[in-house]
Amino acid sequence: MPILVYTENTDGKFKKTVYEVVSYAKAIADDLDTPVIAVSIGDVDQSELASLGNYGASRVLHVSSDQLARFVNQAYASVIAAAADHTGSDLIVISNSFSGKGLAPRVAAKLEAGLADGAVELPRIMGDKLSVKKTAFSGKAFAITELVSAKKVIALNPNAFEVRQTGDVAAVEAFNPEIPSDDFAAVIQDIVRATDKVTLPDAEIVVSAGRGLKGPENWGMIEELAEVLGAATACSKPVSDAGWRPHAEHVGQTGIAVSPNLYIAIGISGAIQHLAGVSASKTIVVINKDPEAPFFKVADYGIVGDAFEVVPKLIAAIRAYKGN
Amino acid sequence: MKILVCISNVPDTTSKITFTNDNTALNTTGIQYIINPYDEIALSKAIGLAEGGKGTVTVINVGESNTEATIRKALATGADDAVRVNAAPRDAWFVAHQVANYAKDKEFDLILTGRESIDYNGSQVAAFVGELLGIPSVSTAKKIEITGDTATVEREIEGGKEVLAIPLPLIAGTAEGVAEPRIPNMRGIMSARTKPLAVIDAIDVPVLSAVVKYETPEPRGTVTLVDAGDVEKLIDLLHNQARVI
Repeated sequence: MPILVYTENTDGKFKKTVYEVVSYAKAIADDLDTPVIAVSIGDVDQSELASLGNYGASRVLHVSSDQLARFVNQAYASVIAAAADHTGSDLIVISNSFSGKGLAPRVAAKLEAGLADGAVELPRIMGDKLSVKKTAFSGKAFAITELVSAKKVIALNPNAFEVRQTGDVAAVEAFNPEIPSDDFAAVIQDIVRATDKVTLPDAEIVVSAGRGLKGPENWGMIEELAEVLGAATACSKPVSDAGWRPHAEHVGQTGIAVSPNLYIAIGISGAIQHLAGVSASKTIVVINKDPEAPFFKVADYGIVGDAFEVVPKLIAAIRAYKGN
Repeated sequence: MKILVCISNVPDTTSKITFTNDNTALNTTGIQYIINPYDEIALSKAIGLAEGGKGTVTVINVGESNTEATIRKALATGADDAVRVNAAPRDAWFVAHQVANYAKDKEFDLILTGRESIDYNGSQVAAFVGELLGIPSVSTAKKIEITGDTATVEREIEGGKEVLAIPLPLIAGTAEGVAEPRIPNMRGIMSARTKPLAVIDAIDVPVLSAVVKYETPEPRGTVTLVDAGDVEKLIDLLHNQARVI
């Protein structure tokens, strides 16, 4: 039975996290000797849809009705359940993005499927049982979760699986399931999105700063460092609580958990709650003038120094390095 | 306005997380339990919406008698009454069924819960309950405003927010920013002792998933310190050794 993967589009385009989830589905599918079918909802052009073949999808079901042009989790969950039925899939893979978080449980509930949310590696499948490692305790641990239901849903964390290209092209077909009108109760009135910045939950590089920066007026160098690295900006809880930076930047146990390749922490001491949110980072760099700062104990690289001296030098050095 | 708030009992944020029983259970020795911080935000929002006679707030928790202190704290903060479903909160699917079963005939206008619990981070309960009750759900709400029968909800998206107009009843999982967490005052603490706290039985729910083992993350090695005057060395290490730039 084919693996169904939901491919979320952002303004008609697929982001890297979507290629990750298709590659993930493909890796599972290859093991089971079955194909991957993608379902895409909304206004996405044919070549973009067909390009999902390069990441492992052999077919793409394209749902293009006007009613479904904008994301409404209730309606989209019905579409995905209908797609699962149509393709005979009993494993559905979704990215654990903000939309995915609202969608995956509704899909799972409709299908009475066990849901493994926050998966960080490929599952182990033995007959009817699937077990997969997912994050738990806000980044302080992992839980190996076993799904025992007939149908199963996995929500994959961003940046947890690499993009793999196959060079193939997918066959695109129209799909028009009947969706109950009750599913369209929520209406989108406005979407506000900064399109020029790297988004934090799926960023590959994050530049984060804390109380050591002393005040919001000093954030210029943080933003500049982020810009020169192509990174997203983040902060510690006291900083967002004080209103220096928006809540959306707060990384930590009661904020966002990030999983970048590189996390640079500037002027952050490293309280246990903050560390929980960064534990999935592949490489951590800490810049702090206090050599006893707890963050150094979990850092891969560190500089003991005054951020106001070190960061400008780092920015200049990176510009020089990139200029080469 | 009739509001239901779902709260869960979680290890406090300073807890060091370790496992026992061959890594199949959380080691609860020395762990302090608190109301899930995101649920505290949901509760505070509900109290704000209901105060001044505008409505009532019921809190529901799925837990064994050890959660009563947390439930009393929610009453002390300002909830009007509470319900405890007497069962261990096995997983989000189980909890959601208990909540939906309780709520289904009570005509709540609004159901709030935290966007996720800090122990399982599933972000599932709000969406599961929404599906079970057949009502709209928003899983990471940053702002909620109610005007008459309609809620204007901002949900978090990568790089920004989406503003939705949703007819009541709805269920929302609240994130930071929806409300400032309220602290119980003396009057609240006194009245909490006599506010109603009903204990009801759980319904059976099929098991769809189970945690079979826990793991703690691999500890990182010792840090490689780079001199503050030699940032070029850091760049070199990040490029050639860590391969992240």
